[in-house]
Amino acid sequence: MNTLRLLGVFLRIGLLGETQYRANFVIQLFETGLSMATALGAVWVVFSQTETLGGWRSAELTALIGVYFIVLGAINVVVAPSLQKFMEGIVNGNFDYTLTKPADAQLLASLSEVRIWRLADVGLGFAALGIAIVRQSAEVGWGDAAKFSLALFTGGVVVYSFWIMLATLAFWFIRVENILQIFWAMYTAARWPVGIYPGWLKWTLTVIVPVAFAVTVPAEAVSGRVSNGTLLGAAVLAVLLAAFSRWFWKTGIKRYAGASS
Amino acid sequence: MRSWLQVYPAFLRTALLSSIQYRASGAIWMIGSILEPLIYLTVWSTVARSQGGEVGGYTAQEFAAYYAILLLVNHLTFTWIMHEFQYRIQYGSLSFALLRPVHPIHADIAENIAFKAVQLVVILPGLILLCVAFRPHFEPVGWSLALFVPVLFFGFLLRFLIEWTLALGAFWTTRVTAMNQIYFSLLMFLSGRVAPISLLPLWVSDIAQNLPFYYAIGFPVELALGRLSPEAAMRGVLIQLVWLAVSGVGISLIWRRATKRFTAVGS
Repeated sequence: MNTLRLLGVFLRIGLLGETQYRANFVIQLFETGLSMATALGAVWVVFSQTETLGGWRSAELTALIGVYFIVLGAINVVVAPSLQKFMEGIVNGNFDYTLTKPADAQLLASLSEVRIWRLADVGLGFAALGIAIVRQSAEVGWGDAAKFSLALFTGGVVVYSFWIMLATLAFWFIRVENILQIFWAMYTAARWPVGIYPGWLKWTLTVIVPVAFAVTVPAEAVSGRVSNGTLLGAAVLAVLLAAFSRWFWKTGIKRYAGASS
Repeated sequence: MRSWLQVYPAFLRTALLSSIQYRASGAIWMIGSILEPLIYLTVWSTVARSQGGEVGGYTAQEFAAYYAILLLVNHLTFTWIMHEFQYRIQYGSLSFALLRPVHPIHADIAENIAFKAVQLVVILPGLILLCVAFRPHFEPVGWSLALFVPVLFFGFLLRFLIEWTLALGAFWTTRVTAMNQIYFSLLMFLSGRVAPISLLPLWVSDIAQNLPFYYAIGFPVELALGRLSPEAAMRGVLIQLVWLAVSGVGISLIWRRATKRFTAVGS
């Protein structure tokens, strides 16, 4: 409950801050639209030469790109800017103030900055997803919708836990922003179903930088092709990673001595 | 002419030292450069296999050769200047560059070359990885390989001049990211990075053959693969030179207007 209230407060601050720069929303919408057009254009070029790609039809890949942008937007609205700020806070000492506040430090560090305009990514992602579902001849029932929601939620937990672990490294190393670049580079690979990649890359994208669970699995759920086993695996991984990242954060924060003292 | 040629050894030395200093953070940026061709190679070799072994005149192994060389060509020709220029204006470091008696583009060219030389340490293992995983089929032709060297250099210069010119947009607007993204999207499709341009729909590849993007990346790659006839190669070199001349004129005109309206920040 407290978490929701805090999220509400930070959302309001973010909204107030960003509504001063309304033109940025148009720019953001334009940039997201363009980058989505690029992604869909690549899909279009590929499907001008073939009917299926590794068992995926073009409507299913459109759905995948929709999910890609939904997750991208979700990361960029709150997780990425907040944790970026947290890592800067370790270097310049602002994190000391976070620790004095009467709420969980991990929660505060994950919510402290909201970039509301990045919701454009989420909106356009859902639009692409909707178009894909309409184009897809097969019916999407309530069961598929439930599976999709579950897959998207577990994928979100996996990605968030991964980000927390990367950010926690800042307690030991100072320049972690560069490590975040590894995530962004690997994330671009999620625009295509991970099943088509050669074995070592598929494993990297599933286990080491777990973007497979964030994008491919939910997209499979949309076309009703995800097995219950995969969903269960995703849920188990989400619980494990959430628990581990929490433990890792606590270990890291014990080590923190403050930069300003 | 003599004066700026003389400063290159000094520029290169300092740029090399600073690239070596920040080698690790530079190496992380290279992951994306290696991954992108790997992704499209995976996609296209999957397509080739599902279409009975070949699509648009490329087998899976020939795609591997295409993207292996593209990895190298893209690394050697890419620049990051469009992301950097706005900070130079915002934080005032441009003022120092303007005080120097040589055009600031020379320091950038030297920095670019030094960075690429250092990061080859990361690119080459990536290239080996690609070759081991995808087994490229590569039949080099003597004359094309010989011509590849100057063509690659022209491609580098062409891309550098274009991206440096576009970076000057930061003199007029603080919102350069939207412009950069338009450029990036065009580059992806029209240069041969998403697919060899012969696989694009006909009207797109017709456009691509008249714009400079292809001549910076796709053309050198296809030349190295020995896929171009001598006539096509010569025509390509000519078009490269024409676009080089156009961008050279463009850059000097825009630079003159840009510096005229520049008022230093940070003083």
